[in-house]
Amino acid sequence: MNFARPHAPPRVDLLRVAELVAPKSRVLDVGCGDGALLRLLAEERSVDGRGIELSQQGVNDCVAKGLSVIQGDADADLVDYPDDAFDYVILSQTLQATRQPRVVLEHMLRIGRRAIVSVPNFGHWRIRAQVAFGGRMPVTESLAHSWYDTPNIHFCTIADFVALARDVGATIDKSVALDLAGHPLHRMFSPWAWNLLGDQAIFLLHRKR
Amino acid sequence: MGDLGALLNGAATQSVSPDSLTLHLNSSTPLRMDSGAALAPLTVAYQTYGALNAAKSNALLVCHALTGDQHVANPHPVTGRPGWWETMVGPGRPFDTDRFFVICSNVLGGCMGSTGPASLNPETGEPYGLDFPIVTIADMVRAQALLIDHLGIDTLLCVAGGSMGGMQVLQWAATYPDRVFAALPIATAARHSSQNIAFHEVGRQAIMADPDWRHGRYLVEGTRPGKGLGVARMAAHITYLSESALHRKFGRNLQDRAARTFSFDADFQVESYLRHQGAIFVERFDPNSYLYMTRAMDYFDLAADYGGSLAGAFKGSRTRFCVVSFTSDWLFPTSDSRATVRALNAGGASVSFVEIETDRGHDAFLLDVPELIDTTKGFIDAAARARGVD
Repeated sequence: MNFARPHAPPRVDLLRVAELVAPKSRVLDVGCGDGALLRLLAEERSVDGRGIELSQQGVNDCVAKGLSVIQGDADADLVDYPDDAFDYVILSQTLQATRQPRVVLEHMLRIGRRAIVSVPNFGHWRIRAQVAFGGRMPVTESLAHSWYDTPNIHFCTIADFVALARDVGATIDKSVALDLAGHPLHRMFSPWAWNLLGDQAIFLLHRKR
Repeated sequence: MGDLGALLNGAATQSVSPDSLTLHLNSSTPLRMDSGAALAPLTVAYQTYGALNAAKSNALLVCHALTGDQHVANPHPVTGRPGWWETMVGPGRPFDTDRFFVICSNVLGGCMGSTGPASLNPETGEPYGLDFPIVTIADMVRAQALLIDHLGIDTLLCVAGGSMGGMQVLQWAATYPDRVFAALPIATAARHSSQNIAFHEVGRQAIMADPDWRHGRYLVEGTRPGKGLGVARMAAHITYLSESALHRKFGRNLQDRAARTFSFDADFQVESYLRHQGAIFVERFDPNSYLYMTRAMDYFDLAADYGGSLAGAFKGSRTRFCVVSFTSDWLFPTSDSRATVRALNAGGASVSFVEIETDRGHDAFLLDVPELIDTTKGFIDAAARARGVD
């Protein structure tokens, strides 16, 4: 599993995630890369942030920024965190690269009072078109790996994620789909349209308790 | 003392008159030890590097390992070899002596000038030997805290160390959370494992089996249990390396010969290397001190002092931690460090954790490992920024 984000999200993606975080809260960023989001949250929102990152370089970059980051991965390490340890647990563009996305999501909802998940949308029309008309596994700018070397082993569409959230008993408090440029799709669009036009989607969820 | 002096080897000489700074505390303030003993008088031998700033906010405490000492970044007074952590401590190094005030003291029970089994027992006028009380990691830290008090330092910017030094770091953070701004425990554990206690027992039995040990009275009786201590060091040294590092370094190569000699001579390079390691160690280390140091590590179980919960040891801690382990360290494996990290997380502490990929085994913490140096430098610099140290 690779926590160098499988496709480097545009800055706007981090900003959209950051907008969902209340000031002065406690945040765990799973797959925090070089710590860009944690730093943004610390500077803009006075957040007390922690991170988990697989790559040695990423951890070193974070430590040098004064961030508290543990070398590890979502599948192996979330189990060690106590219940309700954080206000938010964030997983950005990484769920599809975990071995057990459902278990990971359940841990996030257990550890955090809220979870923020962003997922690349495998239901985007360009991907559908590549499979339907090209007959080959899709490769796009945002999902740039060939099928045989991709870290993304559990793709889902926006609709699939919504179904998973329901299955694990989570409530979606907010959601937004972003187009290829990272701009939010209009709220009036139907879910069906989001699933067709969204390049990625960001969800704010909590577990019913 | 005149006759006795002639019998002392280099280590024993250092234990009574060290080439170091010393703090002497007289009998009016005995050190209360975990065993119940009250130790007085007390000497703490230490080295410092760099300058303490006016705010006294730039002090870093380095804690040494089992067979280390306070000579972190200067030539060793007995062996003449470079300081044991010169990769980390010095101008421009992670423990930058141009910016920080670096302190390292010989641990309580050591043999390089701090009070230990080779020191004179005021009641008998002879070296303590086995009359010296059993030392714990917490006792070592208490003695260090007296030194830090003496230096007028309230809060240390960072306490750092590897192996037994890392145990002291964890103990510092648990006992004096308000005096430790940042903590850097490397290649260590919050408790000594059964396997590690077993290795230590082999070393102790080797020393005690040496007829020259004389129940610990060798300094008085004028003997030197060098063979036993050498064997203890040889066995321990293997645990500091990894199988692949040993193979890379020595393979099955023969030592200065073209063929096997069909004898028990040191045919193999690895044998010759281990014998050498044993021989040079004996010159600089006191056998009884080795017994006491290994015992201190064996007794270390931080959670036990907090109702069995390691998280309890760090609950509410505001110290920032950076825990480091090495992939090929089988003496203090990554799982030990992860247990510490889990406890710190459960206690709500601020913790970073890095597992560094290397085949150099436990000893990697002493070696020039770029990832270790980068991590340490990043962590110390960030701590200094957070504390407003230039």
